[in-house]
Amino acid sequence: MIPACPLSALPRGEAVRLDTDPPIAVFHTEDGELYAVDDTCTHQDASLADGWLEGCEVECPLHASRFDLRTGQVDAPPAKLPVRTHGVVVEDGMVHVVPSELPPNLPPGLRTPGRA
Amino acid sequence: MRSVAVVGASLAGLWAARALREQGFDGRLTLIGAEPHRPYDRPPLSKEFLAGTMTEADLALEDAGEDLGAEWRLGVPAAGLTPRGSAGYAVTLGDGTSVAADGVVIATGATARSLPWNLPGVHTLRTLDDARALRADLVPGRRLVVVGAGFVGAEVAATAHSLGLDVTIVEIAPAPSARALGSRMGHALAGLHEDRGVRVLCGVAVRAVTGGDRVDGVLLDDGRSLPADVVLAGIGASPAVGWLAGSGVDLCGDSGDPGGSSGGSGGGVRCDAGGATNLPGVVAVGDCAAWYDPGLGRHHRVEHWTGAVRRPETAARTLLSGGAAEPGAPEPPYLWSDQYGLRVQFAGHAGPADEVTVEEGDVDARSFLAVYRRDGRATAVLAVDRVRPFGRWRRRIEPAGAR
Repeated sequence: MIPACPLSALPRGEAVRLDTDPPIAVFHTEDGELYAVDDTCTHQDASLADGWLEGCEVECPLHASRFDLRTGQVDAPPAKLPVRTHGVVVEDGMVHVVPSELPPNLPPGLRTPGRA
Repeated sequence: MRSVAVVGASLAGLWAARALREQGFDGRLTLIGAEPHRPYDRPPLSKEFLAGTMTEADLALEDAGEDLGAEWRLGVPAAGLTPRGSAGYAVTLGDGTSVAADGVVIATGATARSLPWNLPGVHTLRTLDDARALRADLVPGRRLVVVGAGFVGAEVAATAHSLGLDVTIVEIAPAPSARALGSRMGHALAGLHEDRGVRVLCGVAVRAVTGGDRVDGVLLDDGRSLPADVVLAGIGASPAVGWLAGSGVDLCGDSGDPGGSSGGSGGGVRCDAGGATNLPGVVAVGDCAAWYDPGLGRHHRVEHWTGAVRRPETAARTLLSGGAAEPGAPEPPYLWSDQYGLRVQFAGHAGPADEVTVEEGDVDARSFLAVYRRDGRATAVLAVDRVRPFGRWRRRIEPAGAR
């Protein structure tokens, strides 16, 4: 488990980016749900934590691809591949991420580990 | 409608073909492309592809296994469009063959403007083949002169600098992108280059490109001479509509400003707000199309990636409904650019008299967000390295005429 931030530091409608490799974005939706996905859009290099959060969807700030935070699936192109989802656990008021063990879908140009 | 020819097999053409299928068109679909390549994404050509971090395969726009059930005519340009009354249209191709179709989507894009001096080492950048040739010429230690400080020129300058070339940018306007962004913000963008030792010479025209077997310099109007091993002309693009001569398709006059982020109609195919041309069963999308913008009250050609992605859905509905579809409200044009690891984003229609306020950050720190306003209304937003607030401001841009 990776500690992300105190839950109190992540208001609803906000997101935080973790400097993991690759980075992970944790979202707190307006409905109070917490989701974690890979931060980098699978289409091109952009941070989904900087994106537009609406319901359970995040829109990439660069080209407006939309991902379902619950599943990582692409709801709107140009992205073709889903983002990887991670587990989220809140313990003692602290948000933790349980990283996925699947390989990430990083965009072209970022496929060298560490660059992201 | 039993058959549609999509003329142009790049971003707008592919998205039009997808939109037609998604909207239930199950007739014969033909995509015609002047280039021999499958549809590919152009923005990386001046950035990741030029830098070598993206391959040609990475540029592919089609999904793995995607099958639109279309006939592809690649590597052969369209040469003419002939109305045949109730029999629809014939699209004549450069090899003398023709494609008959009930409906036509014009998506032929634009062609890079070139300098009148055509020597080895002088490049334009529009196509994959252009990018391959330029990439082969960007050898570390060489001197590159970029003519035109628009976004393509600025991106190539940044990429070439990262590859170890000595780079100079020459811009005829008083500041880079001055017409699109205003001179203050244009100067701010010039600073991105100057910070890294890339020279930006503004307010001066190119008198000649010199050389023998190969380019060796650029002579400026003020008498200065810049040694050059490679020259890139980043002086814009013209709509590729020559093949429509004699077709009866209305084009916009060429007198307006030539596109760009706040551009005019620039000789594009004249369309209504839903993409319909004056000919029944013919719509136009992408860089070649000047759609009527009800907010602006004029036809407007958008040469940006986002327009090429967004508008085909509307145009397909217009085509399949015979023009009865209600177009949605036009979105403000949006563009992005990556230079020296900084993300530049712009949305809206900036006017020369707009008041510009830096709302966040600091221009000198190369991290800021600036808002353009006219009569108290936010008309445009420019951000450097401010991705998250840009997304919020972008949604607050009011279309012209909203009040």
